[in-house]
Amino acid sequence: MRTSTKVFAKVYLWVLLLVLYAPIAFIVVFSFTEAKSLGNWTGFSTALYQNLFNGSMQNSSGLLAAVKNTLLIALAASVVATILGTIAAIGIYHLHGRKKNVMTFLNNIPMINPDIITGVSLFLLFVFLGISQGYMTVILAHITFCTPYVVLNVMPKLQQMNPNIYEAALDLGATPAQALRKVLVPALRPGMISGFILSFTMSLDDFAVTFFTRGTIGLDTLSTYIYADARKGGLTPELKPLMSIIFLIILIVLLVINIRQSKQQSDKH
Amino acid sequence: MQENDLIIKLEHLSKEFDGVKVLDDVSLDIKKGEFVTFLGPSGCGKTTTLRIIAGFTKPDAGSVIMEGKDISEVPPYRRPLNTVFQRYALFPHLDVYDNVAFGLKLQKVPEDEIEKRVKRVLKLVSMSDYEDRDVESLSGGQQQRVAIARALINQPKVLLLDEPLAALDLKMRKDMQIELKEMHKKLGITFIYVTHDQEEALTLSDTIVVMNEGRIQQIGTPIDIYNEPVNCFVADFIGESNILKGRMIRDRRVAFIKHEFDCVDEGFGEDVKVDVVVRPEDIYFTTDPAKCQFKAKVNSCTFKGVHYEMWVDTDTGYELMIQDYDPYPVGSEVMLYIDPDDIQVMKKEREFNSFAAKVKGEGRVEFLDTEFECDTQGFEEGEQAQAVIRFEKVDLLDHEEDADLTGNVEFILYMGDHYHLTIKTDAGENIWVDTNDIWDKGDFVGIKILPGDITLHKVASGNE
Repeated sequence: MRTSTKVFAKVYLWVLLLVLYAPIAFIVVFSFTEAKSLGNWTGFSTALYQNLFNGSMQNSSGLLAAVKNTLLIALAASVVATILGTIAAIGIYHLHGRKKNVMTFLNNIPMINPDIITGVSLFLLFVFLGISQGYMTVILAHITFCTPYVVLNVMPKLQQMNPNIYEAALDLGATPAQALRKVLVPALRPGMISGFILSFTMSLDDFAVTFFTRGTIGLDTLSTYIYADARKGGLTPELKPLMSIIFLIILIVLLVINIRQSKQQSDKH
Repeated sequence: MQENDLIIKLEHLSKEFDGVKVLDDVSLDIKKGEFVTFLGPSGCGKTTTLRIIAGFTKPDAGSVIMEGKDISEVPPYRRPLNTVFQRYALFPHLDVYDNVAFGLKLQKVPEDEIEKRVKRVLKLVSMSDYEDRDVESLSGGQQQRVAIARALINQPKVLLLDEPLAALDLKMRKDMQIELKEMHKKLGITFIYVTHDQEEALTLSDTIVVMNEGRIQQIGTPIDIYNEPVNCFVADFIGESNILKGRMIRDRRVAFIKHEFDCVDEGFGEDVKVDVVVRPEDIYFTTDPAKCQFKAKVNSCTFKGVHYEMWVDTDTGYELMIQDYDPYPVGSEVMLYIDPDDIQVMKKEREFNSFAAKVKGEGRVEFLDTEFECDTQGFEEGEQAQAVIRFEKVDLLDHEEDADLTGNVEFILYMGDHYHLTIKTDAGENIWVDTNDIWDKGDFVGIKILPGDITLHKVASGNE
């Protein structure tokens, strides 16, 4: 009886993991073969990886530009969102009663709001304000949807923090700016970092908002590039290795963060 | 000359938070090198006063004068005083050394001097071997020592301490009290201390400032405050006490618990209502009928360590608390006396409830934001009047129905044969009630006043 439930639990877990990771495994496996059409295995080869890096794939410069755009937009948006979100969190934390609840609620709405609505409404806003769309509008749009996540990540750190430490810094002779830099930011740093990472990944994989705010100057990020590419008669084969590499990078980043966290925790005890 | 001895002068400080007055015209002189304690229940304004001195809170009115200069507009980081916070408020990302060195590093003091001074101040608080420790790995008492070291290293002229020992256990608290007192003696700087613990205040202070409801109740040495409380609040808050209604017959003669006693107080006038305080340790047992002033029966007897605490019923129907080294068996008849010196007579703060009222019409009057029925004969509609209600005529109900208005029990005083309650109404005003029923502090009560128990008085002419 007990062994059978144990077996069932194990099988259930593995099936679940399989379903979750099968698509990724599929891409990674088929990135190591030369077949043009998806799902055909023509023997192991690293040709697609070579093509990707030596620029011999078709429209390689377009892809390179898209990758560059994606990274630049993600970096700019998440840096600004982290600063704005942290300041906003400090502000909301110091509100009281009703005002605090209202502000927290207002901060939560954009996160629940479907991307497509955020995208269309930002598009309409930019048109209404007469702002020509391009790099700037995409970055602004990404800042918009990233900031609430930073607020959400910094808030718990503020609540854990001893409310007197800012005053203690002032008391010891720090100006408000020094107190912010030397005491408040170090105390909030873990929340700011997780907010930054979350913003960065949110910006990386955004499609809907980018699609509506990039304008007509031909600005492409990875997601819009792949979308366009897939619509033009099938996915370029070299995108498979590219996605595998992105997955690998994300995996490594996550592992590093987790290992660092568990190390910090064991240091404290 | 005398002005030169002052380090801090508070002038008419007032502060409101969300419409609630937390400080009401507080003025105080603090001498150089003094150990001053603000003592009072939570919400009495003691911490707000400290925060105003530190510069974290701006008063709505009044000013803080330090060494003759008005520092009301000076930001906290430019005031030559430092604070020890209630929950230590150490910087969690810095170790002990860097926490203590924080102030000096801001001042760009050379590194070797910082090291010397950190070592010296850590030695002062007996934390010499802890320099490299993570502050979160320290116990509460150790964290508090680091917090004190961090505040002292800037060599402030005044050290502010906001309930610094509140989070420690009893034994640790007692040890730290002694250490703080020694530190104060050694450093010679002014300590301004905030606590709700009367014993701590009595142990540590040169001067105690008792506060309640945003006002200073009494300023004095621990001995003065204990022996000569100026009102029922102070008498009740500091130590144990029997607080009783009394009547001053003439100078040096007072009546209470339906007996007459010699006392040392003068100047109240003849046949004047007063309040009387007798400390439980000042009522003595005697076997000599000539010494006996009144008789009583022992009602309960509890061992308290050093002494026994007994409740006795007097032959006139009052209940008194007595503390004595020797126990007397429950049920025994005892003879008691009180020395004239040990009777503290206080001016009565109030004899009845009195509210500004407005006559709303025939038989109707409004006060405390509520309309009441009462006899309005001789008053015109719209006329301002004074509504007077005796304490015992206010009825308290444990439900809202039938009640004229509602409130919360703020303060309870046992007066030997009844309770004197302070009720804060929902409109934020106090109404006082004498009752035999037992209520708890914070209880939500309905208040009912019968039409016949409200008497209207004319307001002095000329004012609307």
